[in-house]
Amino acid sequence: MPLVLMSLELIEIFRWAYGLLAELGLPPVWVMLISYGVIGVLMFGVLALLALFLVWWERKVAGHVQQRFGPMRNGWHGWYQTIADAIKLLQKEDVDIIARDKFVFFWAPVLCFVAAFLAYICIPFGKDLIVADLNIGILYIMAVTTFTVIALLMAGWGSNNKYALFGGMRSAAQAISYEVPMVASILTVIIYAGSLSMVDIVQSQNSFFGWFICRMPFGPIAFVTYIIAATAEANRAPFDIPEAEQELVAGFNIEYSGMKFAMFFLAEFINLFTVSAIAVTLFLGGWEGPWLPSWLWFLLKTLGIVFLLMMFRWTYPRLRVDQLMEFAWKFLVPVTFANLILAATMKYLGWYW
Amino acid sequence: MSEYLSVLIFIAVGTGIVLFTFLIARLIRPRNPYPEKGVAYECAEEPIGDSWIKFNPHFYIFALIFVIFDVEVVFLFPWAVAFGQLGLFALVEMVIFILILFFGLYYAWKRGVLKWV
Repeated sequence: MPLVLMSLELIEIFRWAYGLLAELGLPPVWVMLISYGVIGVLMFGVLALLALFLVWWERKVAGHVQQRFGPMRNGWHGWYQTIADAIKLLQKEDVDIIARDKFVFFWAPVLCFVAAFLAYICIPFGKDLIVADLNIGILYIMAVTTFTVIALLMAGWGSNNKYALFGGMRSAAQAISYEVPMVASILTVIIYAGSLSMVDIVQSQNSFFGWFICRMPFGPIAFVTYIIAATAEANRAPFDIPEAEQELVAGFNIEYSGMKFAMFFLAEFINLFTVSAIAVTLFLGGWEGPWLPSWLWFLLKTLGIVFLLMMFRWTYPRLRVDQLMEFAWKFLVPVTFANLILAATMKYLGWYW
Repeated sequence: MSEYLSVLIFIAVGTGIVLFTFLIARLIRPRNPYPEKGVAYECAEEPIGDSWIKFNPHFYIFALIFVIFDVEVVFLFPWAVAFGQLGLFALVEMVIFILILFFGLYYAWKRGVLKWV
């Protein structure tokens, strides 16, 4: 049985399809353009399905944490509730006469989505199952996902609303503050992996005790600081003051309706999956694991981290804005940089395995 | 370098799909604007004054500190990749570099810049 499971590698399907395409006799540039284009559309489909599932799952988790059921009416345990919600959003009237700066207002959801989408070029979903193994992998992901901040600022500035402006400014301040500890915890991994490529990072942790989280004592510290910073980076509770419902109604997306709102929502859940996937790739060995096919291992580990972030959201109270900023600069930044120096010293002295 | 082409193609595909869904929504959604809909939502109150207001300068001070630390991080990325080959010299240099920046952070901290009002 394990042998049969191991052979279920999704990459074989892509190799077969690529072989068919290559045999058509097109110029190589066209083969590459078509294959990347098809993969891009497929990736969008996968991410849309994933976001629909995550929204449903989040509502179920929220329900069960609060001792209720969550969506129950549409299908088995409400499984097509989010599909119905998406169709409803498609039919909603788009109130755009509100916008102060029409150009910025229109392009903010597009930029927000594209920034979240671009990260998936170098996230390894399984062995060889990666769109393009860029040699600056993790640096590239950090660089493109930061564009979300600009999108949120654009949304806040473009809509003619004080709540939206406050939400955008707060989310920018929060995202840039937590960017520093996040990158510093990632750097501890890179010192040991010796490469920025996501595939190389996974291959450098090829057994359970090689997983970065098992490297004492700096591995667990880097993992915990990364998870805290990533939660803040994805604008999720307990760090969700940019869209704090009780103070700012909905924050930066208050004036958006219909598909534009849906794009912000989609990008938020894609970002949630991105930060979890990075955590799995850097600290939990990525696709490595026995018996099951590699993409299934990656998916299981990532959904585990997503579940952890969901439990954070529904069990912790929201931080105040001053606590949030002071926690980032007075605690996380010194701790992560001290951890980085510790990791570098231990690497130099050879006190690791 | 050809794999960097995928970045351009993903930008095009992502933008294209988003604009396509906007187009579909435009075809099937109702459109019925009237002046009351154009009023900014402030919990059913009439908005007072401009929405582009003067802002707490603390946001910008945090942005300045961030820029310094982000530049530091840009220097740290190549250092971390090549650390295995560089040895003691790189370690000492980078500890000094980080300490200088942390002296700056300590100064900002003592001046009360990091305190959110």
